[in-house]
Order: sequence, then structure tokens, then C-alpha cells
Amino acid sequence: MKQIVYSEIDGRSTGFWILAAVLGAFALSGLLAALYMEHYGHYVTGMNNQIVWGMPHVFAIFLIVAASGALNVASIGTVFGKTLYKPLGRLSGLLALALLLGGLAVLVLDLGRPDRLIVAMTTYNFKSIFAWNIYLYVGFIVVVAVYLWLQMERRMNRYVKAAGMAAFLWRLVLTTGTGSIFGFLVAREAYDSAVMAPLFIAMSFSFGLAVYILVLIAACRGSERELGDVFVNRLGRLLGIFIAVVLYFTTVQHLTNLYAAEHVGVERFILIEGGIYTFLFWAIQVIAGGLIPMALLFRTPASGSGNAYSRIVLASALVIIGGFAQVYVIVIGGQAWPLTLFPGMEVSSSFYDGVINAYAPSLPEIGLGLGGIALSGLIVIFGIKVLRFLPATLATSSLDSQGH
Amino acid sequence: MSTKSNSPAAPEEFDPSRRSFLGSAAAAAGVALAPGVFLYGVGAANPADARGLDEAASGNVRWGILIDLNRCDSGCTECVTACSKENGLQGHGRPATDAQWIRKVDVRDPATGHSQSLPMMCQHCADPPCVDVCPTGASFKRADGIVLVDKHTCIGCRYCMSACPYKARSFVHEALEDQKTHAPRGKGTVESCTMCVHRIDDDRQPACVEACNDTGGGAMLFGDLNDPESEISKRVAKYATQQIRSDLGLDPGVRYQGL
Repeated sequence: MKQIVYSEIDGRSTGFWILAAVLGAFALSGLLAALYMEHYGHYVTGMNNQIVWGMPHVFAIFLIVAASGALNVASIGTVFGKTLYKPLGRLSGLLALALLLGGLAVLVLDLGRPDRLIVAMTTYNFKSIFAWNIYLYVGFIVVVAVYLWLQMERRMNRYVKAAGMAAFLWRLVLTTGTGSIFGFLVAREAYDSAVMAPLFIAMSFSFGLAVYILVLIAACRGSERELGDVFVNRLGRLLGIFIAVVLYFTTVQHLTNLYAAEHVGVERFILIEGGIYTFLFWAIQVIAGGLIPMALLFRTPASGSGNAYSRIVLASALVIIGGFAQVYVIVIGGQAWPLTLFPGMEVSSSFYDGVINAYAPSLPEIGLGLGGIALSGLIVIFGIKVLRFLPATLATSSLDSQGH
Repeated sequence: MSTKSNSPAAPEEFDPSRRSFLGSAAAAAGVALAPGVFLYGVGAANPADARGLDEAASGNVRWGILIDLNRCDSGCTECVTACSKENGLQGHGRPATDAQWIRKVDVRDPATGHSQSLPMMCQHCADPPCVDVCPTGASFKRADGIVLVDKHTCIGCRYCMSACPYKARSFVHEALEDQKTHAPRGKGTVESCTMCVHRIDDDRQPACVEACNDTGGGAMLFGDLNDPESEISKRVAKYATQQIRSDLGLDPGVRYQGL
């Protein structure tokens, strides 16, 4: 590998400022949506006492899961020593931070009392996986920030490998924590499973890489930097493998449940009779977000071509859409299925016992979620404008023959 | 989790030894001086014993409720009405978001057609999942077994609602009016049955139990499960009773007879 030269993007073009303005507008409307929800109370949202986590959680969890996955590109370069990935590492770290901050912003602003963030930061119940996650999130920000600094400060480069290992392990624990938020819920039939932790890790690999590919391509296009097919193709094939891993864990998740007679009901709901959830699961998550992108990616010739390039972009976009569907099915679909108070009995009450719970996302919830994405976008575009995250060129010729 | 004896409570308002007018006046003053005071941190070790103001709820007591389903009529909602009145729960005509601390659940066996009705509320588990998952410790169990939410540290994350197997908790979805001083609530926080902790600390029975015995079927019995001489202990020793979802191993303080 030749010496990698990084440089800031110019960031003075009309296109840059239009993008910044659009992202800023979405971020602002997300904030306004949160203020609206806090002022009137959550009854103005689609959430209720049955579906307690709604659309904001779908966005937040997607972003947080993708954040840890976005860091993988850096890890592959430093921890696993793949030379080809090294120039991609800085952007990987920045994107991981940006996605996490965007997700956390959504999560916090959807709290019933976001003004009590300081309580959440200072008062802990150490038996709560949520409390562990607060440490894991804050720690992730610190670890990745240090990792980035070591990468960017030439005198400190010798510590990069150790920091990269720490960041890689941290991100595995972090996503284990995110998955276990659901895995530890013993009374929820759709969640109560140890497979949630590895499933979420697999999802993070896939979603994070898909976002990374799109951001990398957009950043290089926008700043008129060359991006060699070898980079895009390699990332694309890796994405194909990650998609397969997600499908594998999804299969295990549902097979395990199907085998237990007590869980057949919830499985029938998600897989066959669940209406929107069944549609999202099969059509969007499995087919559009899994099988189709996998087919697109594995058909890509290793040598690369313009056609392959657009296929990878399409596949990445499909993975993101499928990922949102997957998180929606897990979060909302899992709550739509009623709790089993009396196994084998029919129950009814004035509090929606024994019925499929209804949820319709409201505009403020979607606005808040999009605001989180916009915040992530703002962090990325201003990050690459003020600091040297992007290599000056990612032309295929910038690689020598060794190591990749 | 132990009782928070260091809470900034104004304990005089719930001192079980006070029964005089003067005591009530002092209680009113306490409320006026410190609105939204914690309602826990004080509790009678034994309702018959007066105890010091700085004394915490006793772990020697396990408050519980026994519900006899043979006496619980499907159409009767006296317990629900009494709870709403006692705790100032007002609906907004939005059943999906309105709070319910206690509800009547009809249970039917599809194989036999046999049906029953029962009141469902916070089961005051010995090992409450809501307490385990709460990130800030706002969800907590008092030493005497009553599970409560500290409205000052609840951040409204709703994880406890996801974790509760009984759907016992409600999130306050909108602004509140005319709150009861003995049952403070808060928009954006989670709440559930307190077993009328303010009444228990005042040596009285929970409102649902009282109403059930006064005007309902007399199905509910409140008492100390740890005291072998209490009526509830004698009843659970004599008759077969059940805890709902006992398979989860949570050891609820609410038991059902005839289920």
C-alpha cells in the first residue's frame, strides 16, 4: 500500500450547502416533533399502553445497530490487517459515531421525560441491561474517538491496532447489549431468546456496511474523488456474506420458536396471519432486503464494471430498507402480539388483553426518526469538511499488489 | 432492592400512628410544603405498631392480596371504580392511552366453555422484572413487598412496561389535572397499582379491597403473608391458591383462589 493521503472535502459548492440545508431542515423538524410530543404527551403519537415503543425506536435501534456495524470496515483494516480496508477506516469511525449519536438523539427525545437525561446518566440500576447500554454507548463514543485520533495522529499510529481491537470488542459487546434489551424480556414471546444478541450483531454487520457503502460512494462522488471498483466490489461481496448471516440467524430465530408449541401462535402471527408484519417480513425483509440484494451482489464479477457499481448501490439501499422492515417487525410486531396471562385460555378486558394490538405510526414519530438520520448526516458531512477523514483518492491504482 | 430510606420524604403525613385531627392537619401541611413527595420510605412494620418517623418499611412484612374467584362477579367493577376514585385516575376517552391500574379480565377455557372473571393489577412480585430492567432504579420494591415507581427518577423509557408479564403498568400519555396529593402522578412517567401504599401506611386497606368487601362480592382479602396469624396466611394455608404465570418464578404477592 502506498502512503495514503487524506484531505478534507472542499464543502463550498452549492450542492454541499443544499444538502446541509435539507439535512438541517429534517433535523430541526425532528426536534420540533419531539417538542410537540413532550408538550402534549405521547397520546399524540401512535404509541399507547400496548405498543409502548413505536416508530422512534425503530429508527433509533436501526441507527444504533448500524453504528456498530459501520465500524467494521475500520476493524477489518486494523484488527484483521486487510490492507485494502485501511484507507476506508477513518470514514468508518466517523460514520459509526454519527449513526450512534443520531440514534441516541432519537431514543432520548422519545423518552417520557427527556429533560431527565441527567438522571439517566447519574442514577443507575446495575441489574438493568438498559443501564449497561448507557455505559456501552458512552464508552463506544470514547473508544471510537480515541481510535480515530490514533489513526489521524501519525505519531500515535503504532497504537492503532490495540485501539482497533478494543473498539472491535466493544462494538460486539454493545450490539449484544442492544439485542439483549429484547432477549431479556421473558414475558414477551417474540423476544425471549438468546439468539437476539447474535441476530443483532449480524444485523449490525449488514446494515452498517450497507450504509457505509452508500456514504462512501456519495462522499467520493460529491467531492469528485476517484473510487476504484476494487473497493466497491470488495465491500459489495462482503455485504452479500453479511446478508446471508442475517438470514441464517433469522431462520434460527423463527425455527426455534416454531419448535415450541407455546410459541406457535406468535410465529403464525408474524409469518402468516400478521397482515402488515407478515408482509414486511417476507416481502421487504426477506425478499427485497435479503434474497434480491444477495443475488445482485454475488452476481457481481470480481473485476468490476459500471454495471456492478450500480448493482451494489441498489443492493445496499435494499439492505437498508429491508433492515428497517426487520427492526419494525421485531419491535412493533413483537409488541402487537398480546401477553399470555393464562396459557391456553381466551381472555378479554377493557385493556386490550388477548387481542392483537394496533399501531399506526404518526407524523411526529416519523419526523423524529428522520431527524435522527439527518443529524447523523450532518455530522458526517461536516466531519469530512473540517477533518481529514476521506482519502484524497481511492483509485484502484492507489493500491499495490500486496496484502489485499 | 431495598427501600430508599434516605428519600426526601415528608414522613409525617403518612405516620401510621397519627389518627387525630392534628395529625391530619400536619399531613396537609406536609403536602403543602412538599408537593410530589415520595410516598414510600415509610411503612408500618406492623400496622399495630407505632414506629419512628425515620423508620423504613419492614422486611418482616409481605403485603399481599388474596382474590376468591368464586365471589368475583363478571359484571362487577367496584374495585376498578374505587381505584380510579382513590388515585385520581381520569380517562380522556382514549382507551388505548388512558391509564388502568386495575382491570377486570374475563378468562374463558375454549375447550370447556367455562369462564371466570378476575381483577388484574400489579402483582407485586417478589422478583419483579420491572425492577430488574429499570435503568435508573425508579422502579423499585419496598421492603414490605410493595412494587412502586419513583416519579422523580422515572425517565419514561417504558422498558418496565415491556418487561411486565401482567400488563400492569400504564404510561401517562397526557397532562393531568386534579391529582390526589397521596397519589402523585406525572406526565411522561410510568405508573401502576401502589397497593394503596398511602392507606397501608395509615393502617387501612387498599381501596379496591375495601370496595369489594363493602359493595362488591367480598372476594378480596388484604394482609401480611409473612404473619402466620393473619387471615390471609390462614386462608392460603387452608385453600389451594394460585399465582398468575407462576411458571415465570416471580412469586407475586397477589394470589387467586378458585382459578
